[in-house]
This record gives sequence, structure tokens and C-alpha cells, in this order.
Amino acid sequence: MIWLAWRQFRVHAALTAGALAALALYVALTGPGLADAYARGSAGCGGEEACVRFAQTFFLDHQLSFTALSVLVLVLPGVIGLFWGAPLISRELEAGTHRLVWNQSVTRGRWLATRLSLGGVAAALTSGLAVALVSWWSEPLQRAAPQHARMEPLLFGVRGVVPFAYALLAFLLGVAVGTVLRRPLPAMAVTLAVFTAVQIAVPLVVRPHLLPSTTVEARFTPGNLRGIFSEGPGEPVQLEMSKPAGAWTLAEQTIDGSGTVVKGVDVSLDEGPCAPQGSPPAPSAQCFEMIDRLGYRQRTTYLTADRFWPLQGIETGLYLLVSAGLAGFTFFWLRRRIS
Amino acid sequence: MSAVIRARDLGKRYGRRWALSDCTLDVPAGHVVGLVGPNGAGKTTLLNLAAGQLTPTTGDIEVLGGRPASGAGQLARVGFVAQDTPTYAGFTVAEHLRLGARLNPRWDDALARDRIARLGLDPGARAGKLSGGQRAQLALTLGIAKRPELLILDEPVAALDPLARREFLQGLLEATAEHGLSVVLSSHLLSDVERACDYLIVLVDSRVRVAGEVDDLLAAHHRLTGPRRDPARLPSGQDVVTASHTDRQSTLVVRADGPIHDPAWTVARLTLEDLVLAYLDSGGQTGRPALEVLR
Repeated sequence: MIWLAWRQFRVHAALTAGALAALALYVALTGPGLADAYARGSAGCGGEEACVRFAQTFFLDHQLSFTALSVLVLVLPGVIGLFWGAPLISRELEAGTHRLVWNQSVTRGRWLATRLSLGGVAAALTSGLAVALVSWWSEPLQRAAPQHARMEPLLFGVRGVVPFAYALLAFLLGVAVGTVLRRPLPAMAVTLAVFTAVQIAVPLVVRPHLLPSTTVEARFTPGNLRGIFSEGPGEPVQLEMSKPAGAWTLAEQTIDGSGTVVKGVDVSLDEGPCAPQGSPPAPSAQCFEMIDRLGYRQRTTYLTADRFWPLQGIETGLYLLVSAGLAGFTFFWLRRRIS
Repeated sequence: MSAVIRARDLGKRYGRRWALSDCTLDVPAGHVVGLVGPNGAGKTTLLNLAAGQLTPTTGDIEVLGGRPASGAGQLARVGFVAQDTPTYAGFTVAEHLRLGARLNPRWDDALARDRIARLGLDPGARAGKLSGGQRAQLALTLGIAKRPELLILDEPVAALDPLARREFLQGLLEATAEHGLSVVLSSHLLSDVERACDYLIVLVDSRVRVAGEVDDLLAAHHRLTGPRRDPARLPSGQDVVTASHTDRQSTLVVRADGPIHDPAWTVARLTLEDLVLAYLDSGGQTGRPALEVLR
């Protein structure tokens, strides 16, 4: 049975191995140079300001590749679900070959188990390899651009162990959808739609609630103020506070002394203590005193960087649970409904 | 006589439509059994239930004393060549044999290779490039080399031209004789049944109309022609299958235990085709039975 499963999978396997080899080649050729350039640049940049400028330039120079590789890992599970999962059973059902193979001396259950195991292991391996390669390559860039922390929704899904669970989920989702729809093309379309919806919905509505988030209400100080600005004359004056390093900010609001959320603070940027002074322009100490006297605080809700691995673990477990459910459903459907 | 297939009140429903209902039949061992009947009689459903491709909605079916497809052991004992003889288009002939060898504990590789060689099939050819007849032969080879005790074939020759049909049935008969397996094949082509089968089951609307060895059936059925009379007044032991009358004359198809002695009748033998058609007619269904007669 393993022979048959492999025989039916080998074209996919060859294509995937080729793509992974190309990725590995690119990473091997450009990765060491990238790491080296960052190490030398950040060591020899001199003052703090020059180092910040170096880091910014360094990231911008490689942003395209960084984005492209991240997107590659992001869409990989969907591609696996689309091209490995959805046709796995539906193509057999469409061509009628299930009636050939289910009448050899192998039960349907074993047949499905073998095919799911091979596909599942391949999906996890492919995704794991791609994540390892891209994570390693991206490391100097993420150090140069700390705002691209791995807690950020898009990067969270392409780092750590979550991507392999995503790949498994997409694969089994494709198989289950294909088993029910019995046609590869509709199965591929539905798999893509459902999986994309999952990929969007999880960071938006599920992930923020998986772990208790931290909410702080902090006074504005020269150390934590990141910006004071207005979008135009007459528009409210807004304040931004720098966030804890590597954290994922879920919500950020300015509140007044009574704890009510306000759109803007009641200070003027044109005159008085908060008008920008000096070079680079910055609000004066009196400005902070005034903001503080008026009772303004910044209420920030975030998940700190140290929540990365617990969050990865929970989300991986969640996907594995759903994957197991999908596999069980496919077994049930194949035994009961396609008969 | 032991039964290879034993069905009791067997039924299969798809949604609201019953493809088979209240089917009770016994298929004896050691025969090449032809299952004939009009389209929609439930032949394909019955055979798929026997092969374990389908599970019954109601009733029971036993195949070789076991529940169909209840495990690898039961699957190994029953060969099934499905309608349209599906094969993997991307696999070569040799890969199909390898599939058979990998998935069947009793696989007879020498038999399979020998059959492929005799059929003149190129082992390196992809199944998708084969003709319909060659694909059917490949599927049959898989079914035979599995060395089952019972081989079930669902309309195996429907898509083939007359020559390919004859070759296919020839191959089937040779294999049957050689390995002593029981065969059940469904067909709506009576000429094929006549050529290949020694036992006949006529299935109409899920019911067995008539079943028996072909020779016995032919010996027991007669066409009687004579002066008009009421068929109810025939002697006991003579059952009327069909009757048609003109003003002065009656033509009856009867099943009789012994010879017909009444001198008023002109007695003629029936061909298998006449016999089957008589039973299909007798169902009283409207419209013609969708049974093709091809020679």
C-alpha cells in the first residue's frame, strides 16, 4: 500500500523537492552574505543615530526579498491543501479508480490511513523545511527592523511550529472537502476559500483571546512618547506611545482623567508648551507636565514577546485538534457515505 | 449446493430513490452466472453490494459466508471488475500488476504476466493510452490474478466492440476453467450471457423472475401453439409464463416439469433470448424492456 501511495504522490514530491531545493539554494547563496553584511554594518556604524540609519537602509535594501519569502511560507499551506489535499480522494472518485483500488485486499480504512500519513508527513516536512530556511535567512533583517517582530500577526504564522500545523490542517481540509464534493476543481476552490478564511479569521478573532493579554495605563514621559501629531489644522491632537519590544499590540487608546476614551488631547501644537522646539523637534518638559495635569493616559493592550512560544503551542494544538477532526470525518464519510 | 451470494430482503436507497428493494436471491457456487435484466432492475447495485463497494440500507447480504468487504481477508476472496473497468490512466500496465502484487496476498504474478503477454499488451504502455478492450482485459487480469474464490463482473463488456467482447469472454472462460472460481457477471447483452454463462438469473425490479442452470431452463421451457384455450386449464406442472391469443389460436410460453403430451399443441423449443424476453414480458410492465439483443 505504501508503494501505491508513493506512486501516486511522486510527481508532487518531485515538484516540491525541486521548489525546496531552489529555495535552499537561494538561501544558501544569499543568507551568509546578508548575515555578514549586517554584522559588519552594525559593528562599524559608530554612533547610535548612524546605527539606526544603517539598520533602516539595510532593511529597506532587502525588504522585497524578505516580503517575498515571508509570503511564500504564508501561502505554502494553502498550496498544499489545494494541490495535494483536494485532489487526493476526489480524483479517484471522479475517475472511478476507487472502485479498482477498494477491491484489492486492502480495506478502505488502511488505504486512507496510508495515503493521509504520507501526505501529512510530507506536508509537515515541506512546511518545516521552508520555515527553517526562511527564518534563518530573515534573522538579520528582523534584528535590523525590530518593528517586524515575530509576534506580529503575519510573521507569527510563518515562524516557529505553527506553519507545520497549518500545512497539516490545509492538507486534511482539502482531503475532507474533496471527499464530500467528489470533484477536484470545486474541491480546490472550496478548500482555498475556506483555508484563506481561516488564515484571516484566526489572527483577527481567535489568537488575541488564546492567552490573557496585558493592559497598562501609562503616563506620557519623554522616554515613552513616540509621537504627538495632528492630521491637519482643527483635527484632534493624537499621542502615540512606544510599545514594549517585540510585543503584539491589540489595542491602543488615549483616555482622559475620568477613564473615558478620547479621540485627541486638548493641547495645541501651534503654541504653548507642546509646540515643537529644538532640533530634532520635540515637545518640552512642560508639555508632558500639562498632559499629565489634564489626566491623559495611554491605555495599551498587548501580548508580550515572551508569549510567543506558549501562543505557538496553543495554536498548534488547536490546528492539530481540528486536523484530527477532519481526518476522522474523512474516515467516516468514506466508510459510510460513499457506499 | 452452497451459495456464493446470499441476499435476504436486500435494499439500497439513494436519497428517496430505491435502487434495489426486497431482493432475495441465492447465487450457487461453481458456475458462471449471468445476471440479466432491464436497466434499472438493480443489477449494478446488487453486484456493488456483493463486492462491498456499497453498504445495504436494509436486509442482509452474505458473500462466501462473510459480510462483504468486512476485512482484508474477505476482500481477498472476492474479485470485482466494476462497470467501465476503471484503471489508473497514468499507470503503466506493469504498474497495475505491481499494484495488484502489493495489495493482494494471494497474487499470482506468473498468471498475470502470462495473461498480459498473451493479450499482447505492452507492459510499458500507460493505461490511459489503451483501447477500451485492452483496459477491460487489464482490469480482468487484475481480478483474476488476485486469485479470488468469487469473481464479480459488472457489465464488463458493455463498452467493447463484438470482437473484443468475444475475446474478453473467451479469456474469462479459460480462467474460470483453469482456476475453478465462481463467476457472476451482469450484462444486458443476451448473446454474451449465452456464450459465457451456464447459470442464469433474470432480475426485474429487484425481484428474481427466474433462476437456474441454462440447460435445465431451456429443457423446461416450451412454446405451445394451438387452438385457443384458457391457459388456466393447463394440467398441473405446467406454468404459464406468457400467453397471447388471437381469435382462434393461443401461443403460450410454459415452464413444464416433464414433456408436453397434449397432441393439440405444436411444441417448439425456446432460445435463451426468447426465454428471457418471455420473463421480462410477463412482468406486465409498460413499455418495452430495455434489453438489447445483439448477435
